[in-house]
Amino acid sequence: MKEILDRIQSKYNLQDTSFRTDTMAFTTVSKELAIDMVTYMRDYEGFKHFVMMSCVDWIEDNKLQLLYLLNNPTKKCDIGIKVFIERENPSMQSAHHLWKQLWTYQRELKEAFGIDFPGSPRVDENFVLEGWTEKPHMLRDFDTNKYAEETYFPREGRSTNDPATYMRAKLYPNQPVTAKKNKDHE
Amino acid sequence: MSELDINDKVNEMLHKSEHNAAAAECFEKTFVRPEDEEREVIAPDGSIIKVNPIYDYFSGKKPTEEKPCGGVVEKFLNWARAESIWVLGFGTGCGSIEIPPLMTPRFDAFRFGVQMRPTPRQSNAFIISGYLSVKTLKRVIRSYEQMPSPKYILALGSCTINGGMYYDSYSTINRLDKYLPVDVYIAGCMPRPEALLAGFMKLKELIKAGKAEKANEYARNFDEYKANQKKIIKDWNMPDYNW
Amino acid sequence: MSKFFEFKPDRSKYPAMGADGKLDIDLSSQKYTKLWLGPNHPGVTGNMAVELTLAGDEIVEAKTHVGYLHRGFEKLIERRLYVQGFPTSIRMCVAEPDTNEYLIARSTEVLSGYDKDVPEMAQWLRMLSLEMARLQGLLRGVPGQAGTFSLGIGVQWGVYLRDLILDRFEELTGARVYHMYIIPGGVRGLLPDGFKKRMEDNLRDIDDFIVRIRQLMFNNAIFNKRAKGIGVIPKEWVEQYGIVGTNARASGVKRDIRKDYPYLHYDQLDFDPPTATDGDIYARSWVRWQELIQTVDLIRQIMAKMPEKGDIRAQMPNVLHWKIPKGETYTRLESGRGEYGMYYVTDGSDKPRRVNLRGPSYTHAIALLEKMLVNTNIADVHATMVSLQTCPPEIER
Repeated sequence: MKEILDRIQSKYNLQDTSFRTDTMAFTTVSKELAIDMVTYMRDYEGFKHFVMMSCVDWIEDNKLQLLYLLNNPTKKCDIGIKVFIERENPSMQSAHHLWKQLWTYQRELKEAFGIDFPGSPRVDENFVLEGWTEKPHMLRDFDTNKYAEETYFPREGRSTNDPATYMRAKLYPNQPVTAKKNKDHE
Repeated sequence: MSELDINDKVNEMLHKSEHNAAAAECFEKTFVRPEDEEREVIAPDGSIIKVNPIYDYFSGKKPTEEKPCGGVVEKFLNWARAESIWVLGFGTGCGSIEIPPLMTPRFDAFRFGVQMRPTPRQSNAFIISGYLSVKTLKRVIRSYEQMPSPKYILALGSCTINGGMYYDSYSTINRLDKYLPVDVYIAGCMPRPEALLAGFMKLKELIKAGKAEKANEYARNFDEYKANQKKIIKDWNMPDYNW
Repeated sequence: MSKFFEFKPDRSKYPAMGADGKLDIDLSSQKYTKLWLGPNHPGVTGNMAVELTLAGDEIVEAKTHVGYLHRGFEKLIERRLYVQGFPTSIRMCVAEPDTNEYLIARSTEVLSGYDKDVPEMAQWLRMLSLEMARLQGLLRGVPGQAGTFSLGIGVQWGVYLRDLILDRFEELTGARVYHMYIIPGGVRGLLPDGFKKRMEDNLRDIDDFIVRIRQLMFNNAIFNKRAKGIGVIPKEWVEQYGIVGTNARASGVKRDIRKDYPYLHYDQLDFDPPTATDGDIYARSWVRWQELIQTVDLIRQIMAKMPEKGDIRAQMPNVLHWKIPKGETYTRLESGRGEYGMYYVTDGSDKPRRVNLRGPSYTHAIALLEKMLVNTNIADVHATMVSLQTCPPEIER
């Protein structure tokens, strides 16, 4: 795993390479080189099994992080190729020609995060939701609790407790709640 | 033409006009597709049929209330209904994994006259097995409205009572009784087959006592239920069929 | 065959291939029928729908529609503490809930650095619980395939025996379907007294069943005629479509996470994943039947090799204030349907940043199923779906 990454380090200008185990690494590559690198890994390094494609919303940095997770069935190692893209009008080159199931992931990401993949088949069709008019549901700034309370009819009498304070009150009823411990939970 | 038929016709006409107004306000432009417009379709045998998809899909026709006839006849009918609960085989949620154990020899719900039917038009009970996403709720409402009256709903799990652990989900409803009338709730996550059997026994008691009149309640409060349903189901289009 | 029975299908109605490689289907030409299989259909595996375009009774186009079971787990888990995520996450797939428990427990252990602290006894109990989950899944899956060809008696046997396994689960964990047994740092309880003996009794019943289901399925003319040569997955599709698990093994690609990436103590067990080469429905049921034998054997091995007693939980931090440093990992295991994985991202707070599940059905039921159904008969749709072990809740979560 390490020698493969060393070999392509200069070619793709990899950044923040981190090893979870000896056989699993995550690395970051620029948006322009990403599909190129995925293709290279598949064709020349034997990463033939496409495991999954995912997206993480880093709202603090105003970035969306795409992940292509590839697996090499002969050498038994995994590489996660991470790509950071802009959060406003996100768009990414489509990779549906590389694996035949990949358009499904892109269709889901279009609906869940609003990332556009031009040219990907059926990318604009609904995947799991129907008649959805709000912003993409997996973005961090979409508040699902608020939406549920406004849209569906919450049953009266349902209460929610903060687990830390509730358990402390149950277990140690005589002990006064200190401000520091509350802060710890926040 | 009997009086009943005329009543039906008048009702239908009335509700058709009412429905069109409601449709116009409810449907946003984005959800009306070309195939939803009123048009003529040629059937396989060559005859021409007029279809108005939005009206059909909206289930705009108000169900009629069927008053119990009372007396000994009603008692007999209720006994017959209680002993033949035919359940629609539509697994709407994860609770449907306990249906096979319920119907197989160990718990054997057949001995109580309970059996699964493949189509809503043959069944009179509907098991809502757990959480309902909005997408499924639309299909459930359509299936429910196709079932012949009297019909009963058993709601499984805490998800149908108050949302359960999905109370804050953007996709699942919280309270089923706002959208459809529920006869019996069966609590638990997920309810065991024994609990389901107890639920069926409770439903039988209700039917025999003449208290399982929720289908009529749905007909009486049809507008209220429809308003709640329209609030969350924005895309009422049904899949397109051709001949 | 006599001339009387000779059947020549009328292919004149079939669509021509357009210039762009897509079928030229004009629905208003009266040649094609649009048929929706599901969600309200007893033959569909769970709550999903397949939109079929038919010419006669042959399928020219298929589209899978999912989302009927969407609950937004991945969003909900982002709002909950690590420990609160547990009861939520295990409901992601109802067919084998224990796999979800292991994935989320293992991910949080790896990211917080407690993965070496899990005691020996807990590892064995985790394995036992996972293998029992696989067994109850197979007891539904193997006869379920016979059920698609109207051999319904197998389903009756299988569901009864699955109930016995659920009883053992109830003894072990206190719950029938959703167990919440595997928790971060270990498991929740030791084996009850006499558990091994009762389990052995049940396994003996299942041994009987394995012989009977062989008679019912593989020695049956109906099953042989209908399952052979239908729903073929060629070997080269395995790479192209990302096929995993029993479906890949039935096509001759020997891949098993338990062997390739050993987790828990699977490297101490003696087993060899069964394979076949035909890649059709028959081969997949055969592989699954062999797997049933193997799983029973594995449970016996685990019960023989596991220590009598020991610690079952590592010392973990207070779950209410548990913060995991920033990191990411991918955890995988072999479920009854194939590679089942979870991408887990933490950001240093007390709630996960992102949890993404990779279910085998995600590729099997959408891209692969749509391809496999074309040019098959409408009566084989149900059999093909079941033979791929489709589980809709893991597609839409």
